[in-house]
Amino acid sequence: MTTSSTNWRKTAEAIAIPLGALLFALVLFGLFCALNGKNPFAVYSLIFRSAFSSWGAFQGTLLRAAPLMLTALCTALPARLGLMIIGNEGALVMGGLGAVMAGLLLSFGSVTPGPEQLQQVSGIPSFFVLFGMAMGAIVAGGIWIAIAGALRHYRAVNETISSLLMNYIAIAIMNQLVGGAIQDPSETIKASSFALPAVNRLTSLPGTRIHYGLLYGIIVCILAYVLIQKTTFGFAARTAGGNVKAARIAGLPVGKLTIIICFLAGSCAGLAGMAEVAAVHGRVNESLIAGYGYTGILVAFVARYNPIACILVAILLGGIISSGGALQRNLDMPDATVLVFQGLVFLVILYSDSLYGRFKIFKEPTPAAPPPPSPSTALPV
Amino acid sequence: MAAETLGWWGVPLGILAGTLRGSAPFLFVSLGECLTEKSGKINLGLEGTLLMGAMSAYAISYLGVEKWGMSPAASPWLGVFVAGVAGMALGFIHAWLSQQPKVNDIAVGIAMIIFGSGLAFFLGKPFIQPQAAGLPSIELGTWISSSPAIQSALKISPLFILGVVLAPLMSWFFRSTRPGLFVRAVGDSPDAALAMGVSIKKVRMLCIIAGSFLAGIGGAYLSLVYPGSWTERISSGQGLMAVALVIFARWNPVQCLWASLFFGGAQSIGPALQSVGFDQGVYLFNAAPYILTLLIMIITCSPKKTLSGAPGALGTISG
Repeated sequence: MTTSSTNWRKTAEAIAIPLGALLFALVLFGLFCALNGKNPFAVYSLIFRSAFSSWGAFQGTLLRAAPLMLTALCTALPARLGLMIIGNEGALVMGGLGAVMAGLLLSFGSVTPGPEQLQQVSGIPSFFVLFGMAMGAIVAGGIWIAIAGALRHYRAVNETISSLLMNYIAIAIMNQLVGGAIQDPSETIKASSFALPAVNRLTSLPGTRIHYGLLYGIIVCILAYVLIQKTTFGFAARTAGGNVKAARIAGLPVGKLTIIICFLAGSCAGLAGMAEVAAVHGRVNESLIAGYGYTGILVAFVARYNPIACILVAILLGGIISSGGALQRNLDMPDATVLVFQGLVFLVILYSDSLYGRFKIFKEPTPAAPPPPSPSTALPV
Repeated sequence: MAAETLGWWGVPLGILAGTLRGSAPFLFVSLGECLTEKSGKINLGLEGTLLMGAMSAYAISYLGVEKWGMSPAASPWLGVFVAGVAGMALGFIHAWLSQQPKVNDIAVGIAMIIFGSGLAFFLGKPFIQPQAAGLPSIELGTWISSSPAIQSALKISPLFILGVVLAPLMSWFFRSTRPGLFVRAVGDSPDAALAMGVSIKKVRMLCIIAGSFLAGIGGAYLSLVYPGSWTERISSGQGLMAVALVIFARWNPVQCLWASLFFGGAQSIGPALQSVGFDQGVYLFNAAPYILTLLIMIITCSPKKTLSGAPGALGTISG
């Protein structure tokens, strides 16, 4: 009874504090809007209307949430090992590159197909082409973050700084490739790679405009949760994250764990790049850099590195991103409004970390006051 | 550019000019980061501070001339000052938040990058188009040569000179003054500082705020001197590279100066090659500072020992 009531209180605390922080960030954001001469309630209601109020609007939200779930894992998984990786954007770009190169190779037999090759899409079934693209993305993104993990382990290079620098390097590599080696000369507005053929793109879920990337995101988040919480591997990773010295003494291969977790993290963000390329853009160019990587960091923090919570937080923040356009059109606010809001949420969430254990209501009550858990929530989590 | 007339000599000249022009932001941010880290905290958020400084300097310089009737010679300097103050405001948030219990200073830095850049883009939106008065520069080239290419290469900003003077001054501050000793004590051994009767919180607060002031000035250099306009892409990771640069410089302000010159030079390789018509791999050359930073970190860091010169409490949750 005691343990279950403690668990109940812990869960309540883990939900109430981030929620409270989000609400407080909303209030701060309202103040910010008011200072800039906008009615905060008009802003709130516009965000709600353009993100969550109708099925059509909610589809737009889910479209943005799909890559966010995956990029969030790029921060959330290594965090369980005590690493702070923020190379999400770079891994997404590398994943997009890997996917488009694999896709072009499988569709046309070349990453720079000639005019007659373009006429003839290979007979490989679209399922296998997409599978190949996903593999290309997983490997490219995975290796990218595994490098940061390896540098951390073998050279003690701070993984936060190295992965952040690698974002810029990944974008430079992408610009170099789409502006040279794999450029489509017929595309004159923006330097781009060749486009994937229509048959080998990721389709939408029936009856919606949501592409299958959303399913990828949800499935991968669930898999990540099982891996971290329910397997020996996950237990080893969490142990090493809790205390590296103890893990070493217990004989855990910390280096191997670091590199594998970083590879998995990068491959999640890479998969986000694949979904964006295969479902939205159809090719790789600058539009791939839409900030999903940086927002993914925030999603991971708000979700407190819990992969299941990442799904919900990604939907919430996806809604806020998708309302950015409406804020610009209807209220004439700069597109950076969303960035300011994200920054505020981030800061308040970090502050809320210092609040755990400070509220009496979430503490184990003294015997005099009987705990009031309801049967449904008293289940150990 | 007059570099065409010089042929391939334009490349070393371009790199020299780029070094003199481009290293000042690195210098200010790295000195600010050095001061912050000496007190035992890391401020990754200086990237956001740099952007905020760039935006506010440009906005004030523009508004000063157009709206408040100031002379074009004075308003950019007011802009520089306001940039520093804007940096201090962001520094205060960082200092306060990163000293709360259980709050990680690196995570706060990431949040401050997002918040600072968001705020700068939000408030700076109306100032992307107009042209603000820039800071004047000192022409050294006229004494040396009559070639316009060399003259334009040897234009030096007074802000840069200020930074060059500041580096040995900060070194002296750490080595020979009482407050400098307090900063080092707080960064190296918070327990000893506590025993000396120094308030760890106050010292760190002051160091982070002063460091952010310097980073704000570095931002002002970006928008008022070189490149000399306000765009959302004006700072591309210089604030982050400063963190690596301080490690490279072993937390020594004078070495920060040399490292900044080195980075400024690396940054100008791409443009210098482009100016003579060599455009193979331009994007990769433009990424040279990031690659270089990463390489330097790989070479200088080691899993076996802590780095010489590193403040003892850096990266720990103590204090």
